[in-house]
Amino acid sequence: MNLDSKIPSGDLSEKWSNHKGSIKLVNPANKRKHTVLVVGSGLAGASAAASLAELGYNVKCFCIQDSPRRAHSIAAQGGINSTKNYPNDGDSVYRLFYDTIKGGDFRSREANVYRLAELSSNIIDQCAAQGVPFAREYSGELANRSFGGAQVSRTFYARGQTGQQLLLGAYQALMRMVDAGKVEMYSRREMLDLVMIDGKARGIICRNLTTGAMERYAGDSVLLATGGYGRVFFLSTNAFNSNCTASWRAHKRGALFANPCFTQIHPTCIPVSGDHQSKLTLMSESLRNDGRVWVPKRKEDASKPPSQISEDARDYFLERKYPSFGNLVPRDVASRNNKEVCDEGRGVGTSGYAVYLDFKDAIQRDGLQTIKEKYGNLFEIYDKITNENPYQTPMRIYPAIHYTMGGLWVDYNLMSNIPGLHVLGEANFSDHGANRLGASALMQGLCDGYFVIPYTLGHYIASTPLPAVDTQHPAFADAENSVRSEIQKLLTVGKTGKKTVLEFYRELGHLMWDHVGMARNEKGLKTVIQKVQGLREEFWNEVLIPGEATEFNKNLEMAGRVADFLELGELMAADALNRSESCGGHFREESQTPEGEALRDDENFCYVAAWGYTGQNKPETLNKEDLHFESIKLSQRSYK
Amino acid sequence: MPKLKLNLEIWRQKNPEAQGSFEPYQLSDIDDDISFLEMLDLLNEQLIKSGKAPVEFDSDCREGICGSCGVIINGQAHGPLQATTTCQLYMRHFGDGDTIIIEPWRSKAFPVIRDLVVDRSAFDRIIAAGGYVSTKTGPHPDANSHLIPKPVADQAMDNATCIGCGACVAACPNASASLFTAAKISHLGLLPQGNPERSKRVFRMVQKMDLEGFGNCTNIGECRAACPKEISIDTIAQMRRDYVQALKE
Ligand SMILES: Cc1cc2nc3c(=O)[nH]c(=O)nc-3n(C[C@H](O)[C@H](O)[C@H](O)COP(=O)(O)OP(=O)(O)OC[C@H]3O[C@@H](n4cnc5c(N)ncnc54)[C@H](O)[C@@H]3O)c2cc1C
Ligand code: SF4
Ligand code: FES
Repeated sequence: MNLDSKIPSGDLSEKWSNHKGSIKLVNPANKRKHTVLVVGSGLAGASAAASLAELGYNVKCFCIQDSPRRAHSIAAQGGINSTKNYPNDGDSVYRLFYDTIKGGDFRSREANVYRLAELSSNIIDQCAAQGVPFAREYSGELANRSFGGAQVSRTFYARGQTGQQLLLGAYQALMRMVDAGKVEMYSRREMLDLVMIDGKARGIICRNLTTGAMERYAGDSVLLATGGYGRVFFLSTNAFNSNCTASWRAHKRGALFANPCFTQIHPTCIPVSGDHQSKLTLMSESLRNDGRVWVPKRKEDASKPPSQISEDARDYFLERKYPSFGNLVPRDVASRNNKEVCDEGRGVGTSGYAVYLDFKDAIQRDGLQTIKEKYGNLFEIYDKITNENPYQTPMRIYPAIHYTMGGLWVDYNLMSNIPGLHVLGEANFSDHGANRLGASALMQGLCDGYFVIPYTLGHYIASTPLPAVDTQHPAFADAENSVRSEIQKLLTVGKTGKKTVLEFYRELGHLMWDHVGMARNEKGLKTVIQKVQGLREEFWNEVLIPGEATEFNKNLEMAGRVADFLELGELMAADALNRSESCGGHFREESQTPEGEALRDDENFCYVAAWGYTGQNKPETLNKEDLHFESIKLSQRSYK
Repeated sequence: MPKLKLNLEIWRQKNPEAQGSFEPYQLSDIDDDISFLEMLDLLNEQLIKSGKAPVEFDSDCREGICGSCGVIINGQAHGPLQATTTCQLYMRHFGDGDTIIIEPWRSKAFPVIRDLVVDRSAFDRIIAAGGYVSTKTGPHPDANSHLIPKPVADQAMDNATCIGCGACVAACPNASASLFTAAKISHLGLLPQGNPERSKRVFRMVQKMDLEGFGNCTNIGECRAACPKEISIDTIAQMRRDYVQALKE
C-alpha cells in the first residue's frame, strides 16, 4: 500500500501556515448540516469535541466512564511543554522541535513535530483563558519546571495534577457546548465497531454499558481519541479501563496500526508488590528535578536501610554516567539504567527491583515547605500506598509501562488510511517516534484537538462527497450483527469456562512484560508470539464470564478488551521482531553500542512500520513509510 | 505480612428497579498491603469461580484522581481515613476479624445502577449549567497578560482539585451537592477569567442543583469531613454570598 503522509511542501517553518491557507473551508451554514462522532473524552477527544461544536458542527461524544471528566488524561501529573520561553533560558520552537525529534530517537515525522512545537504556545494561552489554575510565581506570572531530555525549563504545571486541571478545562468547554445544544454526550458507552459505507468511516456501534443495549450512530466523520494500549501489559500506570478496543476494531476494518512495538517504560513508578496488584502508580518525572537517583555502590549494602549507607557508599549512577543531563535523561535511558543496576544485584527493597529517589539534598537546599508545595500530593500518594514517609526516607522506584507511542497510522491531517477516520492523541502514532519526552503527551493531545483537527476535518468534509446516511443502512446492521455474535461467542464459552478474565489478563501481561518489555531479543520474541497465540486459543475455549449481555456487566466488558489485547500483543511482538535495530524505548539486545546504549540502524529502519490486518490468526502485512529528515541530521543520541 | 480474615456485608441490587439487600461474604488470607478495591477484586474472582454474580463497583485510575470509585464503608463515605478515596484505602487500616459494611452512595439524585454503582450524571448537568468560562478555542492574549497573585492562584487551585466523586453528597444528611458546586464556583470566581460571568454562573448552577433533587445545605459539615480532596467549607459561604449578590443584580 502506498502511504501518503500528505506533508505539505515548502520550508519546515511554513508548512502549517501554508497548509492552513490552502485547505478548503466549510461555510458556517453548512457546518450545521454535518455530524461528527468523537469517541473519547480525554484531552484529545474533549478538546476536539468542544472546538468542533463551537465551529458549528453537530457533535456526538462517547466515553466509557460515567462522566467525560474521568478520562484517563485526568491522571497526568507532571506538566505540559510549551515554547513560551518565560524563563528566558534560550527556548524556541526549533529547540522544542529538535529535543522532541531527538528524544524520539529520530523515528517521528519532522513536519508533525514542528507543527506541535509551533502550536505549543497557543495551548497555554487557551488553557489560561479557560481558567486552568497553573502554578504561578510571586510576580503573578506562570511558573515553569524542567523535564527529562531538555536543558531548558519549559514545562507548565498545576501542582502534581496538571492532567486533571487541563482535562477539567477541556471538559468544561465540552459541557458548555452540551449546554448550547451542540454536543450530545454519551457516557458509559463503548464503541465496539466502526461502520464503513462506500469505503468511508460513517458510523459506530456502541454497547450501552448501563443496559447492555446495542446502539448505532451515524456521522460524516469518526474521530478516535481513545487513548493508548499500555494495559496490554496488565500492570501499568494506565487507568484500569484503558484499552485498545476502539483502535483494534478499526484496525480490523482496515486502519493500519503503526509502530505497535514502540512502548514507553517510565523510570519512576512505585515498585510492584505482591500478586494481587491491579495497577501501578507513577511518581511524576518532575520529581527528577529535585530528587536524586541512587543505589549502593556495593551489592552487600543493598539490603541495608538507606540511612545506614554513607554518602561515599552511594552510586548516583545517572549523574555519574550522564553529567550534562544527570537525573533528567530521557525516560528510556533512565529506565534501562535502573534495570541494569538492579540486574547487577544492587537494587533495593524486598524484591531487589527498586532504586532510591532521594529528596534529602533538595529539602536541605530549598526547605521542606517548598518541596511540599511542588510535590505534596505525590508524596502523599506514595505514603498511602507504601506506608513510608518520603520526606524522611528516600522513595523506592522502578520502571513501569506508561505510554504507547505506537497507534493507528495517520497522515499530516490526522486522518488514517480509511477516509473519514481521524485519530487523535495517544491513540495515533504520530509525534513521539520511539520514545516520548515527558510533558509532551498533554501538549500533543490538546494540539490535535484544539488546533489541528478543527482545520483538517473541515478540509475533509469540504472536499469529500458525503451523501446522507442513516443507521438503517445495511452496513450498520452488518456491523451490529458481527458485534452481537462476538459477544455471544464470549458468553457461550463463558458459561462453562474455568479461568477468569482477570487471570488471562494477568497472564498476558506477564508474557508481554517478560519478552516485549524493557529489553527484547529475537528468541524471546519468537517464543512470546507462540505463547500469546496459545493463550488466545485457551481464552476462546476456557474463559469464564459471569452474567448476560443485556445487563451491567464489567467482566463482559473486560473480556472483550482482553480478547483484543490478545491479538494486539502478538502484533507488538511481530513488530518488535521485525525491527532488529534498537531505538528509543525499543531496545533490541542484539543492537547496542559498546556502552550499552540503543544502537539505531538508519540504513534499514528509518521508516514507520504500518501493519495491515489480513484476517483472524493470519500474519499481518507490513507497509513502510520512509522517514525523511531535511532539517535535522541523523545522529547517535547522546546525553553524556 | 499480616493476613486478614474479614466478614463483609455488601449491598446487592441487580438493577435500578430491583429491591436491594445486604449479603454476607467471608474472605480469609487477605494481605494487608493490598488496596480495598483489590480486596473486592479478590472477592469477585471467588464469586465468579463459584458461579455467582460479582459485586459491581466503579473504579478507573485507582490512584485517587478520577473520582470514579466511592462506596460507604462502615457508614463513612470512602471509609475511615481522612482525605482518602476508596481506591487509596489499604487493608492495613483494617483488623483481623473485622466486619465491613459496604454500601453505594445513597441519594435520590444518584440512583443505583447496580450493586455499588450509582448514576452521578447530575454532576455533569450542574457543570453544564455554567461551570465554565465562556471562551472559545482560538487565539487568546498571552497567558501572562493576566497576572494572578500566587495566593489567589493557589486558592483557586485548592478548589479546582475536586474530583467529582460525590462523597460530599453521600455524607450529607440532606444529600446536598453544595460542596461540589461551590468548589467550581469558587475556583472560577477567584480568577479574572471567570469573574465576568460570576453572577450568572452561581445563579444557574444553584438552580440546577435544586432541580436535580439535591437537598439544602444546613451547615452540618459532614461533606468536608468526607471529602477526599479536603475542599474547604468556606467555598459554600462564598457561594451563598455570590448567590445573594446575583439575586440583587
Ligand atoms: C499516570 C500518568 C501520568 C501522566 N503524566 C503526564 C504528564 O505529566 N505530562 C504528559 O504530557 N503526559 C502525561 N501522561 C500521558 C498522558 O496523560 C496521556 O498520554 C494522555 O492524557 C492521553 O490522552 P488522550 O486524550 O489521548 O486519551 P485518554 O485520556 O486516555 O482518553 C481516552 C478516552 O477514550 C474513551 N474510550 C476508550 N475506549 C473507548 C471505546 N471503545 N468506546 C468509547 N470510548 C472509549 C475513554 O473513555 C476516554 O474518554 C501521563 C500518563 C499517565 C498514565
Ligand atoms: S467536593 Fe470533595 S467529596 Fe464532593 S465531589 Fe468534590 S472531591 Fe468529592
Ligand atoms: S478509582 Fe479513580 S479516584 Fe478512585
